[in-house]
Amino acid sequence: MSEPAQTERDSFARVEAGMKRRRAAERRFRFFGKCAVGLGLGFLVILFASIVGNGYSAFWQTRITLDVTIDEAIVDPAGTRDPALLRAADYGALIKQSLREMFPDVSGRRNRFALYGLVSNGANFDLRDRVLADPSLIGSKVALSVAADDDVDMLMKGHIDRGAPEADRRVKDNQLAWIDALEADGRIRSAFNLDFFSNGDSRDPELAGIRGALMGSIFTLFVTLGLSFPLAVAAAVYLEEFAPKNRWTDLIEVNINNLAAVPSIVFGLLGLAVFINFFTLPRSAPIVGGLVLTLMTLPTIIIASRAALKSVPPSIREGALGVGASPMQAVMYHVLPLALPGMLTGTIIGMAQALGETAPLLMIGMVAFIADVPAGVFDPSTALPVQIYLWADSPERAYVEKTSAAIIVLLLFLAAMNALAVLLRRRFERRW
Amino acid sequence: MTQTPLLIVLLLTLSSLAYHFGRKRAFAVSAGHTRTLHSLPAYYGLYAALWAVIPALLVLGLWLACEDTVITRLVVGSLPPEIASLAPSRLNLVLNDIRNLVVGNIVSSEPDALIVAAADRYRELRGVSTVALFAVTLGLATIGGWLAYGRIRPEHRSRNAVERIVMGILIACSTIAILTTVGIVLSVLFESIRFFQAVPVTEFLFGLDWSPQIAIRADQAGSSGAFGAVPLFAGTMLITLIAMSVAVPIGLMSAIYLAEYASSRVRATAKPLLEVLAGIPTVVYGFFAALTVAPFIRNSGGLFGLDIASESALAAGLVMGVMIIPFVSSLSDDVINAVPQSLRDGAYGMGATQSETIRRVIFPAALPGIVGAVLLAVSRAIGETMIVVMAAGLAAKLTANPFEAVTTVTVQIVTLLVGDQEFDSPKTLAAFALGLVLFFVTLALNVLALYIVRKYREQYE
Repeated sequence: MSEPAQTERDSFARVEAGMKRRRAAERRFRFFGKCAVGLGLGFLVILFASIVGNGYSAFWQTRITLDVTIDEAIVDPAGTRDPALLRAADYGALIKQSLREMFPDVSGRRNRFALYGLVSNGANFDLRDRVLADPSLIGSKVALSVAADDDVDMLMKGHIDRGAPEADRRVKDNQLAWIDALEADGRIRSAFNLDFFSNGDSRDPELAGIRGALMGSIFTLFVTLGLSFPLAVAAAVYLEEFAPKNRWTDLIEVNINNLAAVPSIVFGLLGLAVFINFFTLPRSAPIVGGLVLTLMTLPTIIIASRAALKSVPPSIREGALGVGASPMQAVMYHVLPLALPGMLTGTIIGMAQALGETAPLLMIGMVAFIADVPAGVFDPSTALPVQIYLWADSPERAYVEKTSAAIIVLLLFLAAMNALAVLLRRRFERRW
Repeated sequence: MTQTPLLIVLLLTLSSLAYHFGRKRAFAVSAGHTRTLHSLPAYYGLYAALWAVIPALLVLGLWLACEDTVITRLVVGSLPPEIASLAPSRLNLVLNDIRNLVVGNIVSSEPDALIVAAADRYRELRGVSTVALFAVTLGLATIGGWLAYGRIRPEHRSRNAVERIVMGILIACSTIAILTTVGIVLSVLFESIRFFQAVPVTEFLFGLDWSPQIAIRADQAGSSGAFGAVPLFAGTMLITLIAMSVAVPIGLMSAIYLAEYASSRVRATAKPLLEVLAGIPTVVYGFFAALTVAPFIRNSGGLFGLDIASESALAAGLVMGVMIIPFVSSLSDDVINAVPQSLRDGAYGMGATQSETIRRVIFPAALPGIVGAVLLAVSRAIGETMIVVMAAGLAAKLTANPFEAVTTVTVQIVTLLVGDQEFDSPKTLAAFALGLVLFFVTLALNVLALYIVRKYREQYE
């Protein structure tokens, strides 16, 4: 009788001996798990911190106040106040003159050129618009607040090191002295950067804005939404409610699942070969971008719409059929309205995906430098993510913060769309 | 065509008129006793409306698709033979001049009388075409609506007719998925075949030298492009490998932790937060990789005396791995949750600790699904474009060193196709050949992954 008790005690001892090691392994494993989750979330935090840290300053802009004498001899020598003549006048000369007046002891071509470089090239247009709006200003002296050059802006935001040797610095010593003088005079201030939201793209970083890209994105999404939502809902209704189980519908299903995983750049190749080369639609136009993104987002929306249809209980259909509705009536009047919130949620998520997509748009030529704000779906334009790509490629330091700011805007749009989707789901979700 | 919106509005107006009168007629033919009608009165209206608008819209679509081609043919036909018989590329230049003149753009040179005449003819033909289009579509809409109107009787099965039309529309919409696939395959294949006529398939698939620039003059260095894609495949694989070695451990471990250990509160916050990583546009990751990660890696490599390229494969791969983490984790999470509770309970009953249960029971049971998830993630990494375009290099180098710059298939597609291009040079066509390879490799991976996942799911159902 003692033998089984002996082995029992032995095995307990053996188990007990290994427990310490096993518990340690357990703790280690759990720790690795925590680390993995922590790392994932850590990357998220670093990503956001780096983008926001680089980009928030782009929403402010350094502006310089100039006292400009609007000399009639330059603006309107004939004295006709003809808007066409006023539009063509040399406002740059006035800006330069006011800078010279402020620093009368600057001499030499090179020094003057450096002085003129303190203010943005857009100052001329600010002055022109001011004069065109109110021609009675001609002959008087006005205080004009103009955007500073991007290098000055970078200096004021602390991205250019004052202590660096002059040869390595984009803002030279004499310019530093002028900037300090202007600052002491209270002529330099920081203001909300309206230009960033009202301008199209520009080669001058201080004038570059996202309006053009944003409108391009909106037009593109408009086309995408208008095409993909009806198409996807129709396809989902057919496949989920009416399609017979046969080879053909199987083929369609396999196709949809595979299309959802095809790399987006391949859709760009399709758009280039079919829409641009074959149907000769205009390059760089939101209409082509919208078509390509429609094909790309269709599988996502179809899959979501089918899930929404599937979640409507069969009793709804049976009830409708029972009171004499035809199958089509049962679906159109009873099932579809109940599935619509789910379909809309899926569509919004698909639209968010389309808004962030870049690669296919590169293929169809939406990467050109386009300074104008597009007015329709056939106008050449870029899109917000493509604008980010273009700015990220630009060498000027000022574009780093522009890029980050454009990313912030893009992410805000995406967050808003996803929040809308969540809201819609919460509001209309039904448990049966 | 600028008048198209107007035409569509007119057609829709006609169609709603048809609806109105069709419905009215249904009431009229039933003499007020709508119960004698086969269908609800609205269906008679819809029947007339659909007959009015659908044929006209079909004709409109077809017309718009063909209009330009037909008019161009006619204009070319009217040109004097010495111009009409020019080589296609020269003829295109002439045609562009004509089109620009029509639109009122600046033309390349002082337009000669011939071109001006052709432009006038073009404009005239377009005017004729617009008038004809209006006449044909509006006429068709009227006739269609009128015929349908004439057919309305109490015993006419309008609901069935309308439902048949709607069903036809639904079927047409569902075939778009197939058309898209066919379109992708045809467009990529077509250009690839033209590419393989210039460059042998074997050289493309097995050649070790990639330099697609073709010099303008024959005596320049590198005057003939080399199209051996092996360095691109190797670079793609290197970056994918780096991405996977980041994404798989982190994604898998966080899936295990969230599924097996985490309290429901932690799970409810951590899981959506991780999935935010998947919702961030790839261009943002690309910018992050190029601006933050690559310099960081370069500098920290400098501390250890390593010489790391500023466009190293490591930076691109690392960031791509981060992007793919939620992909691996949410797919693995589904698979782990699908393992039946009885397996866990059995292991606990045998005295296994939680981690032992996970490693020895749950992981093997979930393995096929996890393999499927990883394969899907690999296909995602191979096709990823923006991160590598912004953070990886352009030089095709055959190396396994993650600190060097490599280039990938997608980067080359983008560089070959962005900017000005001519459609008969192998340089442009090479992009389509690369696209073909990309499409089939990702397709194969997806089919394989879906097959594995499906096969596995059946085991526990």
